[in-house]
Amino acid sequence: MLRRASALIAALLLLTGADEPQLVPDVSQREVQILYSFTGADLLLFGAIVYPGGVRPDKPADIVVVLKGPEQSIQMREKQKVAGIWVNADSARFESAPSFYAMASSRPISQIVDERTAAIYELGVDKLQLSPSSLNDSAELNRFQAGLVDLRDRAGLFVERQGTVEITDGVLYRARLPLSARVIVGDYTAETFLVQDGRVVAAAVRDITVRKSGFEQFMAVAAEDWPFLYGLTAIAIAVAMGWAAGAIARRI
Amino acid sequence: MDLYLPIANLSVNALVIIGLGGLVGLLSGMFGVGGGFLTTPLLIFYGIPPTVAAASAASQVTGASVSGVVTHMSRGTVDFRMGGVLIAGGIVGAGMGVFIFRLLQSLGQIDTVIGILYVLMLGGIGGLMAKESIQALIALKTGRKPQASKRRHHPLVAALPMRWRFYRSGLYISPLAPFLLGMATGILTMLLGVGGGFILVPAMLYLLGMTTQSVVGTSLFQILFVTMATTMMHAMTTKAVDLVLAMLLLIGSVTGAQIGTRLSMKLRPEYLRVLLAAIVLLVAARMALGLGWRPDEIFTIEVR
Repeated sequence: MLRRASALIAALLLLTGADEPQLVPDVSQREVQILYSFTGADLLLFGAIVYPGGVRPDKPADIVVVLKGPEQSIQMREKQKVAGIWVNADSARFESAPSFYAMASSRPISQIVDERTAAIYELGVDKLQLSPSSLNDSAELNRFQAGLVDLRDRAGLFVERQGTVEITDGVLYRARLPLSARVIVGDYTAETFLVQDGRVVAAAVRDITVRKSGFEQFMAVAAEDWPFLYGLTAIAIAVAMGWAAGAIARRI
Repeated sequence: MDLYLPIANLSVNALVIIGLGGLVGLLSGMFGVGGGFLTTPLLIFYGIPPTVAAASAASQVTGASVSGVVTHMSRGTVDFRMGGVLIAGGIVGAGMGVFIFRLLQSLGQIDTVIGILYVLMLGGIGGLMAKESIQALIALKTGRKPQASKRRHHPLVAALPMRWRFYRSGLYISPLAPFLLGMATGILTMLLGVGGGFILVPAMLYLLGMTTQSVVGTSLFQILFVTMATTMMHAMTTKAVDLVLAMLLLIGSVTGAQIGTRLSMKLRPEYLRVLLAAIVLLVAARMALGLGWRPDEIFTIEVR
């Protein structure tokens, strides 16, 4: 009863915003351009915690930053050994699998929040809400989710850096997150959560756009919009290069 | 030297890809195989998405075979009539391949079928080639005169109706035989992302009974046109042709193909065939390992 009352008061305070701390976040790059030399990027997510009246709490608060890419609808398949051969047997469908997910926190997540809060705010690759749309039981779904995390982790698309957010004097925070070269283009969000006593007391979002530019952009558009000309160009280049090499070799 | 691939959506070491193209080009020039059966698996192993690998490898095979075809044409070792029939079959086969590919993809079994096809084709042909070429080598070493090679085509080929003369191949057979052969390789080109040379060369030798001199040139001639058609089909349907990747592969392979063609004139054909048989068997063994022992990945993701 007392807990519920305090939660209600907290919610009220959050609404009015008067006595709650606020976050002023920023990112080192609002726009990431993919050029020919793109091998990934290192993003710096930083900002300040503004406490009401400038009074810092006795117990230091924690910061969790989450960088998320566009969501994709995916179909996953699992190979199983059938009659001595590995074939695709089970499959599952997820409607909202993030194409990229990176998280950093000031302390290990398990010490900052409980399971339920972590699940609500999707703090951690095992807490992602993938919206399964196929008829699999929960054990199967867990297996597929673990498989997805493993694949994306090795491609550098799912990153967890627990305990790497630095907080200076309790008010300035900074975290570094790597953006893999395999990221897809689109709108990314950088969320920052301020956690006090296992409760998220403030949150703020910054948008980051990842896009191809120059030659890379032109190629992507050409392949998509003018497939016939693109194919013809590919063939012409291949024939021209092969022929030129032959012509040169005959003179040597 | 890292370079970003705009369609594959990842960055690669340009020198590694050029080297890979060079190696494949060398094989292409030496044996008259496109080398796609090596490029595609190697690219996938390097981390390039399978569709992009297959689509881009096709255009690389085009480039590698152009220089070979030009060289062989100047030597008069291309049978255009035979090549034309093979190409006609190849393009029909590639069209059928698109249909089969979509069907298997919707069933979710495309990678298993590709794996089994690779093992059966490469294993069978590699084994056949290894046996024949080792016998030839032993005959060569012992100084025993290799039994006067009685070139003859398979009895089934002789049973087909309507006969054409293929002068450069030294054949008088039904055009249906090379047409069906071309069709089979066309299907494989679309399914496996390979030129089909590793099927064509032995089939032309052992099934059709063509003269050895015109086999390489004619198979390169067929590969050239069928891979051009495949590149176009990929550009129009899967949109997975990566020009930057193809260019890198091409730089390596056109150079390698030149060196390969010169080497093939110097080396004895008996040794060449043992070498090709060994490479083909090696790739088959690697694929069989993935099918029967342990696949590279248990889970696969398909974005819809």
